[in-house]
Amino acid sequence: MQNSSRIFYLLLGVAAVAALGWGLARGAGQGLAFAFFATLTLGGSLVCIWERSVVRSAFSLMATFSGVAGLFLLLGADFLAMAQILIYVGGILALLLFGVMLSPPDLAERKLSRVLGALALVGGAVLWVGLRVRTTLAPSGKVWATQDAAELPAVATHAREIGLGFVHPDQFLIAFELAAFFLTVALVAAVFIARRKRSDLEPEGKA
Amino acid sequence: MGVEAYLAVSAALFALGVVCIVSRRNILYVLMGIEMILNAANINFVAFNRFNGDGLDGRMFAIFVIILAAAEAAVALAIVLNVFHLFRSIRPGEVDLLRD
Repeated sequence: MQNSSRIFYLLLGVAAVAALGWGLARGAGQGLAFAFFATLTLGGSLVCIWERSVVRSAFSLMATFSGVAGLFLLLGADFLAMAQILIYVGGILALLLFGVMLSPPDLAERKLSRVLGALALVGGAVLWVGLRVRTTLAPSGKVWATQDAAELPAVATHAREIGLGFVHPDQFLIAFELAAFFLTVALVAAVFIARRKRSDLEPEGKA
Repeated sequence: MGVEAYLAVSAALFALGVVCIVSRRNILYVLMGIEMILNAANINFVAFNRFNGDGLDGRMFAIFVIILAAAEAAVALAIVLNVFHLFRSIRPGEVDLLRD
């Protein structure tokens, strides 16, 4: 392990512990869980940007997707959290790993200035969003702008309501059918694009 | 945790996805960055849905985004395989068939 990599992981660990402490100060249950999942999400994507090997980056995305699923759980979207784990961690990540295996090893260069630029961009984005929310949403009298997720009433809609929404003509029936058609076309097209041509499969001597 | 905490996490994830797309010379990193950006959008959808009443719309949008992301990943990886087959490289800068 290189020296710069060691420093990076040390800083990442310190930041994670600081985030967990901040969450613990905000509240033992919700705050700590939120800090844990947010750390998992952002730490996974930071490692994805930092690591030079594509395989390690792809596996660090697993932490990101699982953290997002945890945030969905905290927001009361349990069906969506399970779908996130099934589709992202189980499907898209496996697809990405197949792509990694079928492509040449490529240790892309990674410059420290780029990572620092990334951190600056992330800090700027978070600051900007925080300021916008604080200054424009909070005074405008919106109920949800300053509310805490723990104080909201429990979620009343679950997987059954989501399924009924899919098949109800007034809600999402047309979008559902379009999505089904789109998925069929896209997956058949993906198989068609990715398959080897017949001329590639024949041995060299016969051609 | 108010809505601004979730928005901050989403903004950070979006920025990291943009950095992942821009800073690497490998198509696979571009795909990973796109997935991060779609996840950031999903966090926003679900957070606003949760804090703005108990409707279904935000969660439905998130489900459709996940569907689109799955189809996009499949098609994009098929394209990556063909690009590697043609150019023997998966760096976006070296796919320059139309350049003089």
